[in-house]
Amino acid sequence: MSALAIPLAIPLAIDVHGLRKSFGKRDVVTGLDLQVPQGEICGFLGGNGSGKTTTIRMLCGLMKPDAGGGTCLGMDVIKDSADIRLQVGYMTQRFSFYGDLTVKENLEFVARLYQLPDTRAVVRDTLDRMSLADRADQMAQNLSGGWKQRMALAACVMHRPKLLLLDEPTAGVDAKARREFWDLINDMASEGMTVLVSTHYMDEAERCKRVVYLSGGKLIVQGTAEEVVRNAHLVVFELTGAGIDKVSKSLRGAPGVESATIFGQALRVVGLDRPALLTAIEGTEKPDGIAVEEVQARLDDVFIHLLRDQDIV
Amino acid sequence: MTGFSFRRFLAVLWKETLQMRRDPATIALVVTIPLIQLFLFGYALNSNPHHLPTGVLTAEHTRYTRDLEAALINTGYFDLHDFASEKEADDALARGDVLFVMNIPPGFTRDVDAGQQPSILMDADATDPTAIAQATAAVVALNGTALQRDLPIGMQNQPAGSPFQVTLHARYNPSAITALNVVPGLIGVILSFSTLVITALSMTREREAGTMENLLSMPVRPLEVMMGKITPYVGLGYIQVFLVLAVAVSVFGVPVNGSIPLLLAVLGLFIACNLALGFTFSTISRTQMQAQQLAQFALLPSMMLSGFIYPFAGMPLWARTIGEMLPMTHIIRICRAILLKGNGFADIAPDVWPMAVFAVVATAVAILSYRDTLD
Repeated sequence: MSALAIPLAIPLAIDVHGLRKSFGKRDVVTGLDLQVPQGEICGFLGGNGSGKTTTIRMLCGLMKPDAGGGTCLGMDVIKDSADIRLQVGYMTQRFSFYGDLTVKENLEFVARLYQLPDTRAVVRDTLDRMSLADRADQMAQNLSGGWKQRMALAACVMHRPKLLLLDEPTAGVDAKARREFWDLINDMASEGMTVLVSTHYMDEAERCKRVVYLSGGKLIVQGTAEEVVRNAHLVVFELTGAGIDKVSKSLRGAPGVESATIFGQALRVVGLDRPALLTAIEGTEKPDGIAVEEVQARLDDVFIHLLRDQDIV
Repeated sequence: MTGFSFRRFLAVLWKETLQMRRDPATIALVVTIPLIQLFLFGYALNSNPHHLPTGVLTAEHTRYTRDLEAALINTGYFDLHDFASEKEADDALARGDVLFVMNIPPGFTRDVDAGQQPSILMDADATDPTAIAQATAAVVALNGTALQRDLPIGMQNQPAGSPFQVTLHARYNPSAITALNVVPGLIGVILSFSTLVITALSMTREREAGTMENLLSMPVRPLEVMMGKITPYVGLGYIQVFLVLAVAVSVFGVPVNGSIPLLLAVLGLFIACNLALGFTFSTISRTQMQAQQLAQFALLPSMMLSGFIYPFAGMPLWARTIGEMLPMTHIIRICRAILLKGNGFADIAPDVWPMAVFAVVATAVAILSYRDTLD
């Protein structure tokens, strides 16, 4: 699958080529090219261990690439890593603020490290903007998951970075908090901030202007959600009616069938080869009254398809 | 990015101080433990024990030997037990059943009367010199007075000398440390214990809590982190110094013959040595467990080879060479020199510069081993 070209006119917030990183004998990132235009929300997707976190760490200078290089906000990722840190906000996957400090104290500490003028005012504004004012004096360790993430995001954006790197910011957070979190991300993007956000949630991926998909430490797909779906050339049939659970069992593993999964009332049968898929469906014993209909592939179909490829490799 | 920023240093300092104040364990470590150690070691090592079990070997029972035994008991230091044979007494001393054996030679009474100044042999178990030091001194003081009452008139108050001699035979450990040495030495030991261990944990705690990744992603320089983390503990170190000094002087009667400001200044250097070393351990360790192990690894030679427990002069050359490199060795000498001897800077300078070198080297190593990436 080919990467989609980005129009030349748009300046790139991230532009790296051939990034490599291994830990001992384990190659985690194996020649990664990534371009993200300024002002976009870019979804960073891939299975566990596909190299997302390591890539993000290399982008903000927390790790030195073994090979490759490029620029982040126009600055060299290897030579200028100290300057990049001033303009990048990085939210770690694991909550990494001080549990024994209050929300306000954590933010004040960050503001002081960035040497922001008028720390108190900046922190007060941030607390208001992120609706954290009520919890300002609460110890960070006593916050619930959703509020922890919100505080972490607040700390990352206080110095008005041009690029925001979010590593699975909503993992383990409830649906309402996730939606609110994404509203904040959208607000920031509308102010011109570039956002690279890794996630395992499909609804979040669909909210991104662009998604990139990593597998085995390489970028294998990128584009808008529609482009990614279109270019996957997946064929999907939906079977509805009583007894689809039995059908799903016999379809799984049939030639041409990549996956046969039940979503509520419907069984989605996915494959690349339409005739083979049809043959498999027709050749399966089905109870009466099962309806078969071809439907649009969705982003999650594509990712499960890609994850499957990765497992085969 | 700019060079050292005082504001960022202050930010780290402020954050560390907040965390320190909120951690009851740190306060306990800093205030309680030194006091416990001081009383524990101070009393254990500095006490003046009485009623030490003492064997008596004598071939005769005369007024002189009775006087002598009575005089020993009256010092309060000795509880006497008679032994029938030299072997029996020797075995008891070897087993530790008695700490002293007084051997009154045959013909003692006759020799005293003849003015021949016979010798009493006092065998002492010197494995714990502090324990017997006071008692030994009391025995030596006895010879002029013990027999006074019963001596023939002509021999009383005679200027020629005492009626008998005491030969002290310190067994098992001929060198002896005096009790006052211990408490000044303790100042160094107590400071090392707390400062080294606490700083050793400072960076590893960030690493284990995951806050390290966040700290590294922000524009803060190694020196700012290090100074900011260390400074609050310098303050804590001084609180300990005051506590320990106050107790040393008021409870243990350690004299202050020298300059306290000079002592405080030099102790500051010693604290810096420990903090830099602790910070180095902290940067090279992956876990708090490792850091703690390293700190303990450094503390043991500091206790053993610094002259705190064993006399420095009695160690072989290689051990003394290692000892000379340890800040503990020098601070113990300095504390003893300033407090007990009243020495000034000129006298202690030979012990100050090795600590200064250690502090500079340890700081350099700490900064060089601080990685500002996660690699």
